[in-house]
Amino acid sequence: MERIPILKLESFLLVSIQVDMHDQLALALQDDLTQKIVATRARAVLIDISALEMVDSFMGRMLGNIASMSRILDAQTVVVGMRPAVAITLVELGLSLPGIRTALNVDAGLALLRAAVERPDVLVDGD
Amino acid sequence: MNRPASRLPAIVEQHQKEVLADWLSNQASSGALRAGRIQESQLRDESQRFLALFTKAIQEGIEFETRGAQWADIREFLTELSRSRATQGFTPSQVATFVFSLKQSLFKRVNESLKSDPAALAGTLWDATIALDALGLYTTEVFQQAREQLIARQQEELIELSTPVVQLWDGILALPLIGTLDSERTQVVMENLLERLVATGSSIAVIDITGVPTVDTLVAQHLLKTVAAAQLMGADCIISGIRPQIAQTIVHLGIDLSSVATKASLADAFGLALKRRGLGVGRAATPGA
Repeated sequence: MERIPILKLESFLLVSIQVDMHDQLALALQDDLTQKIVATRARAVLIDISALEMVDSFMGRMLGNIASMSRILDAQTVVVGMRPAVAITLVELGLSLPGIRTALNVDAGLALLRAAVERPDVLVDGD
Repeated sequence: MNRPASRLPAIVEQHQKEVLADWLSNQASSGALRAGRIQESQLRDESQRFLALFTKAIQEGIEFETRGAQWADIREFLTELSRSRATQGFTPSQVATFVFSLKQSLFKRVNESLKSDPAALAGTLWDATIALDALGLYTTEVFQQAREQLIARQQEELIELSTPVVQLWDGILALPLIGTLDSERTQVVMENLLERLVATGSSIAVIDITGVPTVDTLVAQHLLKTVAAAQLMGADCIISGIRPQIAQTIVHLGIDLSSVATKASLADAFGLALKRRGLGVGRAATPGA
């Protein structure tokens, strides 16, 4: 069964979603990610969706779930690289991904996470 | 309708020269030259061509049908004429009068030729009226189409022109909005802004609404959508240029802008943006000191 790879970088986990998500894949990712956060004691998760040309409500909910699960395990989540068209679609759908932090690209996302991990009181939840 | 063959084609052909001369003098006296907007020679040439095409068309079949093959040439000619007149600033009625003014001179000749036969006279006049009316209306139709195309093109150009995204500083973009925001423009503005955010890697966008004349719930909703989309991509927005009356309107309408940072002027917003980026502006050391 295909799985989405999860890379460890310093105290962060990197996930790059490059295929269309479906239920099985999403569940597998949530499963893998939570296990990996516990196993590696990661402080933050960075999800790159720059390859996705389409995001639907299912995807939006899944990202929200991952963020909530990570937070319970004391890891911050940031979603990076959302395309303009995707952002417009999500807004039109009325999904503003509450509770998820976003950044323009992986660089910005890592900077955000480093700041959040160093000073967790500054950027606790998304806007 | 079953009636004897029309005598219009024969009469027109026989008196083509006189009709043309009459028609031209009619047009000149009714001000068709429009104070030098077109040359007299051009008008003569156009009139001559129209009459020739008209003669040819009615010889092939007097019954006017807009789609009739014998009317194709004359329609093409009128299309061209109408379009060029539209761009020269003529009114639709002036263009239609070009065709309608032919009636007077034409009817005169028909009247003379068929004086002794009232029934044929009435039938012939009816034929001429139908054909010329249809052609005159056709010019109006084409004229309108030409104008509509012009307006549509200008609208597109306006949309393109009116949504510039400028970079104020490294990582700070500004979007000065001018004019009313409707759904279509918001879409263009949003796309432009988001694409520039990606291209420049900016994390802050200042949306300046100084040039937006009115803010109602719809405009506010469009603005908030843009802000939400930018936030999804990881960029913060600041709305600036809110005039006193607009601030009052926003509160009276119960619009909630608390999710966005708002500033009265672009300068204030720029200051806030610099602060968020960890930058600041200070006075340079006095020269020579």
